Amino acid sequence: MQPDIVVIGGGTVGSAIAYGLARRRQKVLLLDGDDGDFRAARANFGLVWLQGKGVGMPAYQALTRQSISLWGSFRDEIERETGTRLHYEQNGGLSFCLGEEAFEKRSMDLLRLHNQRGEGEPDWEMLDRQALQRLLPKVELGPDVAGASFGRRDGHANPLRLLSALHAGILRHGGRIRHRAHVEHIEPVGSDFRLFLGRETLVAPRIVIAAGLGSPELARQIGLEVPLRPARGQVLVTERLAPFLPLPASGLRQTGEGTVMIGATKDYIGFDTSTTAEAAARLSHKTVRLVPSLAHVRLVRHWAGLRIMTPDSYPIYSQSESHPGAFVTLCHSAVTLAALHVETLAEAIAAGSLPESLSPFHERRFDVPQAA
Amino acid sequence: MKDASMFHKLHDPGLSAVTVYIDGQAVAAEAGESVAAVLLRQPAGWSRTTPISESPRAPYCMMGVCFECLVEIDGKGSVQGCLTPVREGMSIIRHMGVRRLSA
Amino acid sequence: MNGGHSDVLIVGAGPAGMAAAVSAAGLGLSVRVIDDQVAPGGQIWRGIEAVAASPRLARLGDAYGEGVSRAAAFRVCGALYEPQSQLWQIEPGFRAFVTRDGEARVFTATAVILATGAQERPVPFPGWTLPGVLTAGAAQILLKTADQVPEKPVWIAGCGPLPLLYMTQLLAAGGSIAGFLDTTPRGRMGAALRHLPGGLRRLGDLVKGLSWSRALQRQGFPIIRQVTELRAEGEGRLQRLSYRTANGRGDSVPAEVLLVHEGIVPNIHAPLALGCDIRWHEGQHCYVPVLDEWGEASQANVFIVGDGAGIGGMEACEPRGRLAALRLAARMQKLGEAAADAAARKERAALSRALALRPLLDTLYAPRPQVFAPADETLVCRCEEVTAGELRSRAVQGQPGPNQIKAFTRAGMGPCQGRQCGYTVAHILAAAQNRSVEDVGFYRIRPPLKPVTLGELASLDEQETAA
Repeated sequence: MQPDIVVIGGGTVGSAIAYGLARRRQKVLLLDGDDGDFRAARANFGLVWLQGKGVGMPAYQALTRQSISLWGSFRDEIERETGTRLHYEQNGGLSFCLGEEAFEKRSMDLLRLHNQRGEGEPDWEMLDRQALQRLLPKVELGPDVAGASFGRRDGHANPLRLLSALHAGILRHGGRIRHRAHVEHIEPVGSDFRLFLGRETLVAPRIVIAAGLGSPELARQIGLEVPLRPARGQVLVTERLAPFLPLPASGLRQTGEGTVMIGATKDYIGFDTSTTAEAAARLSHKTVRLVPSLAHVRLVRHWAGLRIMTPDSYPIYSQSESHPGAFVTLCHSAVTLAALHVETLAEAIAAGSLPESLSPFHERRFDVPQAA
Repeated sequence: MKDASMFHKLHDPGLSAVTVYIDGQAVAAEAGESVAAVLLRQPAGWSRTTPISESPRAPYCMMGVCFECLVEIDGKGSVQGCLTPVREGMSIIRHMGVRRLSA
Repeated sequence: MNGGHSDVLIVGAGPAGMAAAVSAAGLGLSVRVIDDQVAPGGQIWRGIEAVAASPRLARLGDAYGEGVSRAAAFRVCGALYEPQSQLWQIEPGFRAFVTRDGEARVFTATAVILATGAQERPVPFPGWTLPGVLTAGAAQILLKTADQVPEKPVWIAGCGPLPLLYMTQLLAAGGSIAGFLDTTPRGRMGAALRHLPGGLRRLGDLVKGLSWSRALQRQGFPIIRQVTELRAEGEGRLQRLSYRTANGRGDSVPAEVLLVHEGIVPNIHAPLALGCDIRWHEGQHCYVPVLDEWGEASQANVFIVGDGAGIGGMEACEPRGRLAALRLAARMQKLGEAAADAAARKERAALSRALALRPLLDTLYAPRPQVFAPADETLVCRCEEVTAGELRSRAVQGQPGPNQIKAFTRAGMGPCQGRQCGYTVAHILAAAQNRSVEDVGFYRIRPPLKPVTLGELASLDEQETAA
């Protein structure tokens, strides 16, 4: 099969685009990296989240809203096609506040964000301790919990099942996936692209670079500068428990399997995915302050992943001007944005150009002074 | 046949005898032997059911690497029974399926 | 809480850990030894101090009895000994996080000696998760620590010295055997004998092994050779055992306890967590850490001794432990380089003698191929209940590696951290993708090495906040 389009990067972003393209009858080849590569897709926390997002970047909040509005139908379709349940739930989400001061600050922050949007009914509210307790009848809250903000549109999904379903969906629609396919170099040849994978070369009329932290080097070869740096996030997961937490919180969620995920930290220490006992201790301490009975529960795994972080933390969606068959797509929050990537983004890439709604996310925003 | 013990002890503990409680039932044991060894002498045969399919399991490796002997011991859940010596009066609860969060 | 600093932290109080401790303390290093168990001895001398005072010592054999003097020497060597201490994280530098009596502690050390030994190779087959199926090593531990034997005549399946030794010990204790399903494939003795010239240095051990075999054959229980397939069945526990042999014969017999064993493999979780390089050992069908002639791993000041360094048996443990101690004593200026070298020559000679029989044993008792290719219905991951069939169907979708398979199937995500499924998953992927097992690789090992409660973890943060 000679591919119409090659997607470089088999993480959640690349796989969602490849799946969206395959569904649009494009002949897609997805090139995935090696088993030991940095893989944000396998370290993801799994929130499908709106609350608190888009400070200073209204377009990002709009993008997030759009993706969340598409998530339900995306889920229905891919579950039907692949038989993989994504454990997606949209029952709203919480951000716990420890202490009255934190409660007040959270309230002000969300109000400011709402004013920035300047339209529509608020889709969040502040819950005091009593209201929060009514929402979580099986949870005995710690004494320091003042309340929480509640976002109506928030939810969560299993990020590993999402990735697995996307891969299965690609294959189902006739796409191909290759693991351990490391693209070392891209050479534009006329309007096509030649990809060098070790001794092997591939030629494709169109390419999408979604290689996470490996993208800047490849993007440069098609005339795009994408500034990225890794932001380490550490996450904990416990043994399985009977369901007790009916909706996710920003740092605490119970998965469909029953495990409890706790996270995440954020620091900038370069390309290092080691874990630290300090982080595990700090995350655990915060968790038992929220829900003291979790103190008796056992941690089964602690990992670190590297977020794909741009200078302003918002995504990059760019089409190369010098080589218009090439696109670059980079972001964290790939689970929240998955539905948008499958629908809007894949459709635009299939049609050959990105829509106006994505223009705020072009990488050239980093070229100009930010004063304007 | 289902109610016969799988293992038995060759000697009488004598002065080292202790009593432990498995799911509330008093059971004879010898000070210093492991919880897993005591569980393997019980007629039930199994010592937990899994959180996924609730299938019965019993101690398998006795050296801390299979985690099949996880039990609740004196209120602490998911403890490796093969690494825990019995003590007089110890309470051992078999995990039935998935653990519940209790205060 | 901060548990204190030592020159050397030794993990494991088996033969290698005790020898390293006695030697390092004797050379003037400050030594702390942490161990899972309630008393020193490791698996080979498990329960040795308690048994030493009882008439049971004699029937467990001479090799076991040697542990009495070793444990006694260890007790008085001056090393700080922390029994019943579960190591759940170790960080470079070194900081070891340990739980003892439900309390988290942190120990720091300049160097680490991992003497974490071996585990029995997982032997997956349909029904291996049923109560009543145990490893032969587990049964031997029950005999040593609880004077406990199977109620009824027991079935034993597998190959290697351990089943023979256990059967000998069991009969001496008055237990009885229903039958031995010998899984050693045909032609192994011939292949193994090629290694005989090297093995002659350990003729005594060979003779001992053969004498066990002959004594067992005289007992009159059935010995079925070249068994290739096993199946355990029963409602809630083992009730029936089926087997087939290489020439297609088979039977189905009532059984209550089945003990299996297909050799042992080094515990590599702690070395992997510390970032030590490992390599595939073709002869032993497992990974072993990459070590220099002193036992130092690719990470400086991490030493790996005992069977964790590669399966060498009891006699190899002590010289390996002492070599690490000598190197560290020289590095920490407690011993001159020349003196360390001279002492090391003696230890290396002992190690070489101890390992002389190894190629022969490795060849003779190499695991049968079926161990790595269980039937589709077999639960490969006991914790997360993932079958061989599911792994096989995933393995051909784009050639994923073990960590991608783990993410997609949850195999290896349970509390055992892949200790029971890692090798099987690697072999299934290798077979499905026509790659070598070494090329496929292994799970990435993350903390905790043993599940630890959030409360224990939180207590470490509270202490720091308070300080």
